[in-house]
Amino acid sequence: MTPVSADLDRRFRDAAAREQLLDVAYDFVDSPVGTLLVAATGRGLCRIAYDAEPEREVERLAQTFGVRVLRSASPIDPARRELDEYFAGSRQRFDLTVDLALLADFNRRVLRELARVPYGEVVTYGQLAAQAERPRAARAVGTVMNRNPLPIVLPCHRVIGANGKLVGYAGGLERKESLLRLEGALP
Amino acid sequence: MTLPPFERFYDDYKEEIHAFLVRRLGRDRADDAFQETFLRALRAYPKLRHGEHLRAWAYTIASRIAIDEHRRPRADADLPELASLDGRPAFAQLEHLADALPPTERAAVVLRYGYDLDYADIGAALGSNATAARQAASAGIRRLRRKEAQ
Repeated sequence: MTPVSADLDRRFRDAAAREQLLDVAYDFVDSPVGTLLVAATGRGLCRIAYDAEPEREVERLAQTFGVRVLRSASPIDPARRELDEYFAGSRQRFDLTVDLALLADFNRRVLRELARVPYGEVVTYGQLAAQAERPRAARAVGTVMNRNPLPIVLPCHRVIGANGKLVGYAGGLERKESLLRLEGALP
Repeated sequence: MTLPPFERFYDDYKEEIHAFLVRRLGRDRADDAFQETFLRALRAYPKLRHGEHLRAWAYTIASRIAIDEHRRPRADADLPELASLDGRPAFAQLEHLADALPPTERAAVVLRYGYDLDYADIGAALGSNATAARQAASAGIRRLRRKEAQ
């Protein structure tokens, strides 16, 4: 038996993306904060997951965006490049398009505001709520941060408690600290 | 059974479909047919209503592509003509006729008489074995004959 060669496998995965037959393409991206599962629809980046269990994550992507989910490197390459540059310290802003179409209005509004928080700075949950014109919704903003589908690119690590504490991070506080340290926001 | 993400379908069947295409077409032509099989599956995938009989479905697509590949003129090969009924390819007529059969019998009949697969390959397609494939094909044929007699 001749197994499917790595080259044939890659050719199929590339062709599937090139012919725009995929609801979601995903791939794994190595980073100093661990291997990230990165996924994109035809509209843009839709998911960055820490510590992903691939089977489960792929199942979730299929339920959310459609069954044609396939690992394919080429649609993820732009994100891979920008993430590499970010972790190398040579990129402070991401130029990737993101797909937030399926999120609730409030979540989308908060995440759009979040995207404006500059590199190396921090805001509090309350400040972000105020920027999203919902000044009393600090807790709800916390929930949106916790469910952020695109950590790092949408920088929820830059949102901290009113008392200056880091409070929480879906990927674990250690990662929040390393990202803030990388950006020079922490000593 | 719900339709699994395409990644899982591909991962589950890529090796055996590739091996099947190598048997039918030889190594040189199997790679193109492999890519075409899974691209065609990908196009049709969202229209599937459930995740049953996916293996037989994959083999049916691969068989059809293998036939198309066979038909393609090749300078270095002298290939036998495939069975046809009044000018139309056998598989096209059979797929239509066999639509009313239960899924396993349908797949066995179409793969045996439409695509000329041997029972070992049909057994693989059905996730069983050659004996079970032979039984399913003859049960299907008996059922079709009964229908015709009615």
